Amino acid sequence: MGKTFAEKILARKSGRKEVVPGQIVTVKPDHLLTHDNTAAIIGKIGPELEEYGVVSNDLSVIVIDHVVPAANEKTAINHKKIREFVSRFNIKNFYDAGEGICHQVVMEKGHALPGNIVLGSDSHTCTYGALNALSSGIDRTEAAALMLTGETWLKVPESIKMTLSGELPPGVYAKDLILHIIGDIGADGANYCSVEFHGSVNKLDMEERMTISNMGVEMGAKNATFPYDSVTEKYLRSIGVQGGYEPVRADEDALYSKELEYDMSDIVPKIAKPHTVDNVVDIDEIQGLDIDQFFIGTCTNGRLSDLREAARILKGKKIAPGRRLLVLPASRSVYREAMSEGLIDIFVSAGGMILPPGCGPCLGAHQGVLAPGERCLSTANRNFKGRMGSKEAEIYLASPATVAASALKGSIADPREVIG
Amino acid sequence: MKVWRYGDDVNTDLLFPGKYTYTCSTAEEIKPHLLEDLDPSFAENVKEGDIIIAGKNFGCGSSREQPVLGLKSVGIEAIIAESFARIFYRAAINQGLVLIECPEAVKAYSEGDTIVLNIEKGSITVGGKTFSFPVLPEEILAIRDAGGLLAYTRLKLKKFKSKEAH
Ligand code: SF4
Repeated sequence: MGKTFAEKILARKSGRKEVVPGQIVTVKPDHLLTHDNTAAIIGKIGPELEEYGVVSNDLSVIVIDHVVPAANEKTAINHKKIREFVSRFNIKNFYDAGEGICHQVVMEKGHALPGNIVLGSDSHTCTYGALNALSSGIDRTEAAALMLTGETWLKVPESIKMTLSGELPPGVYAKDLILHIIGDIGADGANYCSVEFHGSVNKLDMEERMTISNMGVEMGAKNATFPYDSVTEKYLRSIGVQGGYEPVRADEDALYSKELEYDMSDIVPKIAKPHTVDNVVDIDEIQGLDIDQFFIGTCTNGRLSDLREAARILKGKKIAPGRRLLVLPASRSVYREAMSEGLIDIFVSAGGMILPPGCGPCLGAHQGVLAPGERCLSTANRNFKGRMGSKEAEIYLASPATVAASALKGSIADPREVIG
Repeated sequence: MKVWRYGDDVNTDLLFPGKYTYTCSTAEEIKPHLLEDLDPSFAENVKEGDIIIAGKNFGCGSSREQPVLGLKSVGIEAIIAESFARIFYRAAINQGLVLIECPEAVKAYSEGDTIVLNIEKGSITVGGKTFSFPVLPEEILAIRDAGGLLAYTRLKLKKFKSKEAH
């Protein structure tokens, strides 16, 4: 009987011939991601760090991104503690505030490779599935234990196969596709499972795959993975990685707990309404709803292709009066590219504000939090109650093109009407 | 003992709002904000030994562990749900917070029912009816028995060290 992606990678990494769903194996992940929460993580293991040190100075990838630049004294102290830890233990992979959102940085800097296992104390660590890695979120305590021992247990998950066909129509994006899938199977539709995308995945470029894998956790998945192909290879080459990795491919006759099929040509622009990500509707059911703040950014949709699509719509135009548009490039490198292509100028001229690369208002800690009764249309991955500030605010999720088209009107609008 | 009853998809922002993630990390700092946006009466009235009963996908969302730390530190004896989100489930194991996945028991519960738990045997009695739930695998019980993941890790490090010394 053939094996799934998760079964193969977990067998390989645990030194076994084969594993079965439900089995618990011990693995040494290739990397461990932590971000601003590194301060709290090392705070748990002060004496152990004194006595034993970190297990390896190459295991951790640390990115300061969640509240950057520091919003108050407390976050500033956290950042300082992280910098001290990094220099004391000579942590090799450290990215200070301004480099970008952790998941974007991990991908750009080549810390997630095909066939790797990457764990991170952030739920959207599943993003690197786009690159054929098995990557998943863990809690802070587990990250602390990993820093000391370099190993942890993982349960071999059941796997779900999603076969894509067709091609996304103009004005419809990877974000719409993943919102459609989550709306279809529900916020727990893939709970504990490894999700594999198959079929016409070659129609999706690396940034589109990242958007999709990023939202795997919003259907409960442990990981959401794409096969290794020429798109992956091209991306890796573009960031200076040539070889040195071993992709994992599921067998044709692997056993899945569920098999689903989606025709991409049927997808239309989607909106996830408050307060759960699976509360998804077609755009025509909600067009015209008044919005106060428009937000383009986050680890889901703050990449160059996202900014390009939004800029294409906003070019030479102004957002509706009395509204705010926030744009947040996912990394320094995205920011620089966007500047050199003139995209930043388009956003600012349209009346937008540019925020520094990082998480920004996504988690409601600073920069553009919402007042009670306000509505935000956002390209993020979560619309939970209270996530962007007031619990009486509402968050709607959509693609960057939908957010841009809507910003021009001041209310939810269909991007297909402005994109030919 | 009080039973706190909630619905489906109780996410981590409802359990502990994200805006406090980088300013609250100790049990005392977390407690006043527990379930703040879901049930403002919870933090004030929760008592040691209380139980939470919920629907499916409890704990979905962020990997932040304040919800688990907070619920453990106020003395929640167990959370019984139809299902739990994966990261939350793992975090609970790591902190020694008892989670019981038993949809039948959740459905059987009605307000005022008494609940009796037998964690070792994997059984739960709700209003006179008994249901069973799977007992945790050995590897996981070892973490719980050590008193959580950090205690377990300390034992492991000591073992490594004494091996090296020999
Ligand atoms: S951008 Fe938002 S979802 Fe992504 S890592 Fe930052 S806070 Fe989390």
